[in-house]
Amino acid sequence: MTMESQTQTTQMYRVYINATAEAVWEAITEPEWTVQYGYAPLVEYELRSGGSFRAHANEGMKAVGCPDVISDGEVIEADPPRRLVQTWRMTMTPELAAEAFTRLTYEIEPVRGGVTKLTVIHDLTGAPMIAAVLRGEGESGGAGGGWSEILSGLKTVLETGHQLPFQSGPA
Amino acid sequence: MVGVDDSHVFKALAHPTRRLLLDLLFERDGRTLTELESQVDMTRIGVMKHLDVLEEAGLVLTRRSGRAKLHFLNPVPIQLIHDRWIDKYTEHHVSALTRLKTSVEAQE
Repeated sequence: MTMESQTQTTQMYRVYINATAEAVWEAITEPEWTVQYGYAPLVEYELRSGGSFRAHANEGMKAVGCPDVISDGEVIEADPPRRLVQTWRMTMTPELAAEAFTRLTYEIEPVRGGVTKLTVIHDLTGAPMIAAVLRGEGESGGAGGGWSEILSGLKTVLETGHQLPFQSGPA
Repeated sequence: MVGVDDSHVFKALAHPTRRLLLDLLFERDGRTLTELESQVDMTRIGVMKHLDVLEEAGLVLTRRSGRAKLHFLNPVPIQLIHDRWIDKYTEHHVSALTRLKTSVEAQE
């Protein structure tokens, strides 16, 4: 890659959710929840420092040729329900899997009246292709809306119990 | 709805300089006020005020890194408005079908 890939690249997202911090934590770390929003993977977390992380393709994704494991990484810090830090990379294609492991931080903070502030800080240094996907730049090509779509879907499913229509990949 | 009021988002997006600031952050995130100021034909105070409006609307997030205050684009509030409209249209669609079904059945 060019010099660009060496540049420090961080993306940051925030959403307020009308749910408890515990509920937000579960929606991020439990497959029963993750299959209901965003790219709808089935996550598998070992929630301890050094534990493994894997996200498996759902049946719909496998039907269109996705590999079983679509992203993986390692848990750096798990402090339920407030903070989760992990490494993360996408393994959908060999090109994406060849990019650097990124560092993903979830900060979950109760604010007021049962509302929780969820902040995602994603250090994408050395992973320009996945940075573009997570920014939603591949949306018109069917790569989904990235973090915006994921967090919006997470909020909707926690607040209403409904899933948003999937924009990317069948579920 | 919780969090940011939609009207803050629309108000923030209504100004061309603020849209330009969002475009600059879309191109490259995590910029300082000084970097942003150099790209906009406006005083430092002016840029600060616009960034405040964007921050209040939840469209810009800031984070300290050493001495620097870095600005990040948060597109989630725009996505939420978008999704709510999709839901509205979907509901409308569904209710229109429901009405059609009822009226067809009533005629049978």
